[in-house]
Amino acid sequence: MAEVLVVVENGVKKVTLEMLTIARGLGSVSAVVFGDADTAKLGEFGAEKIYTASGEDVDGYLVAPKATVVAELVKRVQPAAVLLASTQEGKEIAARLAIKLDNGLLTDAVGLDADGTATQAIFAGSAIVKSKVTKGLPIVTIRPNSVTPEPSAATPAVEELTVAASDADKLTKVVERVAEQKGSRPELTEAGIVVSGGRGVGNADNFKLVEELADLLGGAVGASRAAVDSGYYPHQFQVGQTGKTVSPQLYVALGISGAIQHRAGMQTSKTIVAVNKDAEAPIFELADFGVVGDLFKVVPQAADEIRKRK
Amino acid sequence: MNIVVLVKQVPDSGAERTLSADYSVDRASASNVINEMDEYAIEEALKIKEAHGGEVTVLTVGPAGATESIRKALSMGPDKAVHVQDDALHGSCAVATSKVLAAALRTLNADLIISGAESTDGRVQVVPHMLAELLGVAALTGARKLTVDGSQLTVERQTDEGYEVVTAATPAIVSVWDTINEPRYPSFKGIMAAKKKPVQSLSLGDLGVSAGEVGSAGATSQVLEYSKRPARTGGAKVVDEGTGGEQLVAYLATEKFV
Ligand SMILES: Cc1cc2nc3c(=O)[nH]c(=O)nc-3n(C[C@H](O)[C@H](O)[C@H](O)COP(=O)(O)OP(=O)(O)OC[C@H]3O[C@@H](n4cnc5c(N)ncnc54)[C@H](O)[C@@H]3O)c2cc1C
Ligand SMILES: Nc1ncnc2c1ncn2[C@@H]1O[C@H](COP(=O)(O)O)[C@@H](O)[C@H]1O
Repeated sequence: MAEVLVVVENGVKKVTLEMLTIARGLGSVSAVVFGDADTAKLGEFGAEKIYTASGEDVDGYLVAPKATVVAELVKRVQPAAVLLASTQEGKEIAARLAIKLDNGLLTDAVGLDADGTATQAIFAGSAIVKSKVTKGLPIVTIRPNSVTPEPSAATPAVEELTVAASDADKLTKVVERVAEQKGSRPELTEAGIVVSGGRGVGNADNFKLVEELADLLGGAVGASRAAVDSGYYPHQFQVGQTGKTVSPQLYVALGISGAIQHRAGMQTSKTIVAVNKDAEAPIFELADFGVVGDLFKVVPQAADEIRKRK
Repeated sequence: MNIVVLVKQVPDSGAERTLSADYSVDRASASNVINEMDEYAIEEALKIKEAHGGEVTVLTVGPAGATESIRKALSMGPDKAVHVQDDALHGSCAVATSKVLAAALRTLNADLIISGAESTDGRVQVVPHMLAELLGVAALTGARKLTVDGSQLTVERQTDEGYEVVTAATPAIVSVWDTINEPRYPSFKGIMAAKKKPVQSLSLGDLGVSAGEVGSAGATSQVLEYSKRPARTGGAKVVDEGTGGEQLVAYLATEKFV
């Protein structure tokens, strides 16, 4: 059975387990890991093989050496498909891979059949297409929260790859990596629950209310663009057309009107609830449960109620 | 510095209503707009030209109708534009589009190429790295801050975890997010001046790209099925009369979230 390469960046995330689960339907799963491999976890979800690549040539430069590593591996093992995460870096590696191999690619898939047919949600989640790579092998990036990860134990063989980065791969140096505050919350795009605040939250300090509810529900915090532009919350938490696309089990919109560009990033959520003082706010058109009211009254009461029930 | 800005025209996919405040200038006739992120790219190019001198060229690969977006881009201040248009381009995939952009860029000898981080229609975020790969130049993508010091570029690149500082020398391609600056509005003078700025039209033949490599004929992927998702419908809506929070939690409990 042909190998299927699953490219793992920045440690094993939920999307990694989803990719391993999907990959099992297409062939024998091989993980390509940059940095230290979590062999136990990857094996638990069915990786038969793990290729690792590390060192200054991988860490010290932006993306390009990683694409070279994957391209070399593709040429050697002739995999049935290459899966990457639909993250900035995953898409960037995929882009370079497509050019190196003169191959098609599909981004943001939410499903992938055994024959390489990918399902993609397009036009802000309002339509679904099925597509196929018609030149070369399927190179597909998978969006987080697409499938439920399912374990399937395997004992992976580990092979360390030599990194042969070219001069062209070393044109962009990474001189510093800075982690900004995130705490213990789940990552926005992978979270099962997302609690977002909008302009209605009023100021940066009040976002504590949004964070409190998120923490009580075990969710991530998101924000509308108006909230981000007003400086209430950092940009990497923006949900919408020009921010992150999220598809959690539960999306809570607090003081968000529900503009089309905001919906673009959240309307495929399973369940949506909203608190807004304007009964006419468009967010109510997609909310499964809506409370028309002042979030400064409704949210603290809800938080108390959750604490009571715990 | 010779700067080329990549500008893509995208369908205004229902954003028209909310765009009205910002784009009241030409809203009635516009069903297509400049990809929003590319306006930040134009602004960044103009700022660099103002600080360091040079020339700014807009480059678009797109149908004849994209001229409208090109004129709008020029009205912000760039010096000239190159428009690659050819009937054979219809249906091009990202790989093919990048090949055409790369062919055009080879004729333009840019020190610096600036693009948007992603287009709002496809949201693929792949073109900048494809171009870097094709042209053999450095790519500094996802910039929220760009500093130019002679031929040395430093970018603060937004990541999920925070940011990275990356550096490279020109020639390079930089892609920008909307956090990098505040695009200027075209002035009346700018709009008038844009009408006279040179827009060079190039065909695939001019660039030595064969028609079979692009468009539907050369597509590297294919859509097999398309279906609209049923629109979401609103569910229960309660007005808070003192127990809104409790009612909300009761709902969350029935859905097993608490
Ligand atoms: C090209 C483009 C791209 C965009 N991309 C994005 C994007 O990625 N993400 C995004 O979110 N937006 C995006 N936008 C902006 C979008 O159009 C809206 O402007 C934005 O989503 C509005 O944010 P908001 O709902 O927080 O603010 P508003 O629309 O101002 O809504 C605030 C809401 O809070 C309610 N409210 C106020 N006070 C209270 C209170 N005390 N209690 C309860 N409710 C209260 C109000 O009734 C109102 O409905 C984009 C716009 C454009 C043009
Ligand atoms: N056809 C095109 N013409 C000019 N620039 C483009 C074109 N397609 C993409 N770009 C540029 O590449 C960026 C990223 O696009 P994408 O990879 O499609 O998300 C855009 O913001 C544009 O600056």
